[in-house]
Amino acid sequence: MTLGRLWSDKRYRAVITQILVVAGMFMLLAFLATNAVQNLEALGKTFGFEFLQAPAGYDINQTLIPYDSRDTHFRAGVVGLLNTGLIAVTGCIFATILGFILGVLRLSSNWLINRIVYCYIEFTRNVPVLVQILLWHAVIVHTLPAVRQAVSPAEGVFLTNRGFYVPQPIFEDGFSLVVVAFLAAVAGVIVFSRWAKKHQEATGQIYPVFSIGVAAIVGLPLLAFFVAGMPVSLEMPELTGFNFQGGMVLRPEFIALWFALSIYTAAFIAEIVRAGIQAVSHGQTEAAFALGIKPNWTMRLIIIPQALRVIVPPLTSQYLNLTKNSSLAIAIGYMDIVATFGGITLNQTGKEMEVMIIVLSIYLVISLLISAFMNWYNRRIALVER
Amino acid sequence: MSTMKVLLAAGALTAVGATGAAAGTLDDVRAKGFVQCGVSTGVPGFSFTDDAGNWRGFDPSVCQAVAAAVFGDSSKVKYTPTTGKTRFTALASGEIDMLARNTTWTFSRDVDLGFTFIGVNYYDGQGFMIPKNLGVGSAKDLDGASVCIQTGTTTELNLADFFRTNNMNYEPVPIETNEEARTNYLAGRCDVYTTDASGLAASRAAFDNPADHIVLPEIISKEPLGPLVRQGDEQWGDVVRWTLNAMINAEEYGVTSANVDEMAGGASNNPEVARLLGSEGDLGGMLGLDAKWAYNVISQVGNYGEVFERYIGSETPIGLERGINALYTDGGLIYAPPMR
Repeated sequence: MTLGRLWSDKRYRAVITQILVVAGMFMLLAFLATNAVQNLEALGKTFGFEFLQAPAGYDINQTLIPYDSRDTHFRAGVVGLLNTGLIAVTGCIFATILGFILGVLRLSSNWLINRIVYCYIEFTRNVPVLVQILLWHAVIVHTLPAVRQAVSPAEGVFLTNRGFYVPQPIFEDGFSLVVVAFLAAVAGVIVFSRWAKKHQEATGQIYPVFSIGVAAIVGLPLLAFFVAGMPVSLEMPELTGFNFQGGMVLRPEFIALWFALSIYTAAFIAEIVRAGIQAVSHGQTEAAFALGIKPNWTMRLIIIPQALRVIVPPLTSQYLNLTKNSSLAIAIGYMDIVATFGGITLNQTGKEMEVMIIVLSIYLVISLLISAFMNWYNRRIALVER
Repeated sequence: MSTMKVLLAAGALTAVGATGAAAGTLDDVRAKGFVQCGVSTGVPGFSFTDDAGNWRGFDPSVCQAVAAAVFGDSSKVKYTPTTGKTRFTALASGEIDMLARNTTWTFSRDVDLGFTFIGVNYYDGQGFMIPKNLGVGSAKDLDGASVCIQTGTTTELNLADFFRTNNMNYEPVPIETNEEARTNYLAGRCDVYTTDASGLAASRAAFDNPADHIVLPEIISKEPLGPLVRQGDEQWGDVVRWTLNAMINAEEYGVTSANVDEMAGGASNNPEVARLLGSEGDLGGMLGLDAKWAYNVISQVGNYGEVFERYIGSETPIGLERGINALYTDGGLIYAPPMR
């Protein structure tokens, strides 16, 4: 067969085009790789990861694990990664709560509430998130009082333009009893709810699982806390010298980034939630009422499970967005992985290629993990077809 | 599988054919018609934009001098503002031809990062600025302070060492640019701003009430600042190096932008001046430049002392004394090898 005849055959043509595209992509990749290698050689630079074990030499203001300037670049990277994780986790949680509340309020028949939420959503999601981060940072740094004029709304709590200082709980001996009580309560509630479900399926009798669960999870650790003799003391922040010492501090950079990312993402989540609820046909509610199901049960057992199927996939993208947007931290000096490892380490060692490969891989892994978790959750709540 | 190998081989072949070109920077600069110069994002006196939006200052002057040497026209420069973090990548990648941005000459930058520092145009050291009303008189009393610090700089590392060796704690407040530092410092986000002492003087001069702030007496590091180029292109390195040396030598021999014409016309019987200005010998030709290269530098930009006094000297708002940046003949450290 000649090439011309191959080309005129539809099936072969499809295969040939695909081969050409793949070949083109490989050529491009190979070109980029050789180009990078040649340029590095021309500059007399070596490629390697030994620098990870060298002392970092710089300090980081927010560290979740012990760190000082003599630790390695690797550890500095871990400190940054944990700071990224802190923003991602707290941001996703707050954005989800706020987003669900706003999404439901957006459907409210109260005109004022409805309009206020509408304005909020349209404003926050149409202003670039970087601008919002800078705005909140500027608000905290420029409007809150200096350390020596700190506002103290409660004992041991101080609001300043260098951050919010709160007392730090110090766990003493015996606190492990509270932890054990908590874990026992959680395990007990899980067992109880399984039993209650079986019991209900067998006899039709219903137990108030939710209120009993809450009572156990809150009550048991509280009881243990008093039995153990209240083994927690508070370390109060105190103004000594230039700054408050002791206690815990939420820095303006953290607050601004966390708040800006949360309210930005919450606006998108609110729209997703609204769409999800509206996607469930009103006939479902009517059918449930016709069967005599109570309104709050209708919501919990009929509407929300169906709405979640619509909500979860786009919610995943919002979590991914929030996590990736946290790299904007660099604009206000929050020390995340991009600022510590991808910024200062890169600059002090000059290992652009290696550092960028590592930072890129880290974000890829985080995103894939979030994605995998959400896909698992989505499969769990998906419509079970029989 | 074999298809894969063929594809890879084909890819590799095309790639080899298409790359290359890291030849002479001087030729590249001539071909494009201007010098691409990396400067800072703005430090009063050292590099700033004037009312017309043109970059001016102590650092851009070096780039203008190089343009005068290469093209005979000091205006043939394009500027790339860089932060402490972007500057080295910009130079290494070839985005800029030279970096004139109060950058400290250190071992690792010279050796490991693959750059060549062509000299020192300002001998500096790291200092601390603090509001007067905090009543601090020494850097040793800064335990517990919040310190604004530009990231990706040598000052960041010196700061960590200084506080650690003195057993003091501090909160680093990382910032990107001098302007950001100013805002955060004046808003009280940090107690102290640390950078090169010259930079502190320059920043303070731009405050509304400069007298409310003091620079502490301790200088905690050596910061020799100078222009740099990529390593491995000796010809271009020589052009930039000897342009700076020509400016320094011109000051030593008393050649200024005002008297350069008389000097070139034979008013001086110093043979060094004759060689410098191209009326004797062919130093320019050895560099691959016009014989009048240094004449153009002096007449259009001025000698080292003129540039210093014009932008950062004691007559300017920045008000820096020559100090250790005086010529060696006046007891300073500024010294250039002979033009021979």
